[in-house]
Amino acid sequence: MHNFEFVKPATIADAVAALAAEGAQPLSGGQTLLPTMKQRLAAPEVLVSLTGIAEMQGVCMGEGGLHIGAATPHAVVAAEAAAHYPALAALAGGIGDPAVRNRGTIGGSVANNDPAACYPAAVLASGATVVTNTRRIAAEDYFQGMFTTALEEGEFITQVIFPIPQRGAYVKFNQPASRFALTAVFVAQFADGVRVAATGASNNGVFRWEEAEEALSAEFSAGAIAGLTVSSDDMISDLHGSAAYRANLVKVLTGRAVTAAR
Amino acid sequence: MTKVTMTVNGKSVSAEAEGRTLLVDYLRGGLGLTGTHVGCDTSQCGACVVHVDGKAVKACTVFAMDVMGAEVRTIEGMANADGSLGLVQQAFQDHHGLQCGFCTPGMVMTTAALLAENPRPTEAQVRHGLEGNICRCTGYHNIVKAVLAASGQDADAIAAE
Repeated sequence: MHNFEFVKPATIADAVAALAAEGAQPLSGGQTLLPTMKQRLAAPEVLVSLTGIAEMQGVCMGEGGLHIGAATPHAVVAAEAAAHYPALAALAGGIGDPAVRNRGTIGGSVANNDPAACYPAAVLASGATVVTNTRRIAAEDYFQGMFTTALEEGEFITQVIFPIPQRGAYVKFNQPASRFALTAVFVAQFADGVRVAATGASNNGVFRWEEAEEALSAEFSAGAIAGLTVSSDDMISDLHGSAAYRANLVKVLTGRAVTAAR
Repeated sequence: MTKVTMTVNGKSVSAEAEGRTLLVDYLRGGLGLTGTHVGCDTSQCGACVVHVDGKAVKACTVFAMDVMGAEVRTIEGMANADGSLGLVQQAFQDHHGLQCGFCTPGMVMTTAALLAENPRPTEAQVRHGLEGNICRCTGYHNIVKAVLAASGQDADAIAAE
C-alpha cells in the first residue's frame, strides 16, 4: 500500500480541519478501506481516523429515535441497541465475523454504501436520518446508487438516527465466503405504513420494494405479497447467483422477514 | 517514521512505524513477536487475531498508529506466568485442536475473547464465534471440542461426532 500521513483527531472540528488537506480521506473502522488500500484501489495522501472522536461514539435514545454515533462498532450496536431496536441489533450482530464487528463501524458502512452491505437496508427501511458534519440527510436522498451517496468532498457522517418501528426484522441470505448479503431484506412496520428495503440485489444498490410496502401496509402477512413478483431487470448477476435468483430471493426474504418481525 | 507506543502483553513497548504499518507488522517486525501469523492478509482467515483493549481484532486490518496507547494482547501473552500452557492453549493440545498449527494463534485469541464474553457457550455459539477463523487442516471438529473443554464443559458429550 502507498504510504500516507496518519492523523487521529479527538473532535469533529479537528477532523473537519484535517480533511481539508489535499488528498485527505476519512478512515473509520477500516474493514473495507484497508483491503481497498492494499489493492491500491484507494491511495489517500492523508488518512484521518474518526474512531478517536468521543462525540461520534455510542448508542442512546433521543429525539427522533435511536441515535447511533457514526464511529460505533457493530459489536457495540449489537449489544446496546438490542433493548431499543432488536431488528437493528440483530443486523449488526450478523455482519462479518466477531473480529470485524469489533472494528467496523456503522458510519463506515453507510458511507461506503457497498451494494451488498447490511446497514444501508436498515437505514432505508427505517427512514433514518444520516447526520453529517454539515447537515441532516433523509435516507431517500442519501443513497444514490452502488458505492454512491449524497456525501460531498470533506463531508463525513457523525451520527445516524433511526425511528423505531412497531415491528421489524432483517433476514439475510449469507454469501458464506464474504459474509456479505447475497441478498437481504429489512422490513419495518410503522404506524403510518410498512417499509421494505433490499440489499445485495440491485446494480443500483439498496432499494425500496414499494409494491410490497403497499400490500404489507394493507395486510401485514407473508401471504399479502404472494401474488407479487420482483423484476430481475437491473439485478446483480454473478457467480453466486443470477439476476432472476436474486429477484426471487427479494420476495422470499421479504416474506420471511414479515413472519419474523417483532 | 514515528515512534509508536502501546502496551503489549502487559509491557509498555515502542517501535518505529509508518502511517501504513499494519498492527500485525508492527508486532512481528517491530517487536519481534512472530507468534501472530499473517495468513491471507485480507481479513478473511483470522490467523492474525489479537486483542486490542480486550476485543478480538484482525491485526492485518488495523493500522498500528490507530491503536497507539492501547492494551494489546497476543498469543505470546497467553501462557501462564511459569511458562506452562494457558487454559485455552492446553485445551487445544488436549483435544488435538490443531494439525499444522498455523491458524492456532488466531484460534486461541478468538476463543479467549469469546469465553470472556460468554463463559459457557453452546456448540452453535462456538461455531458462530469462530466464523472469522479459518483452519485448512482439522475440519473444526476438534477445535470446537477444545473451546468447549476450555469453558469447563464436557466436550465429548456435547460436540457432534
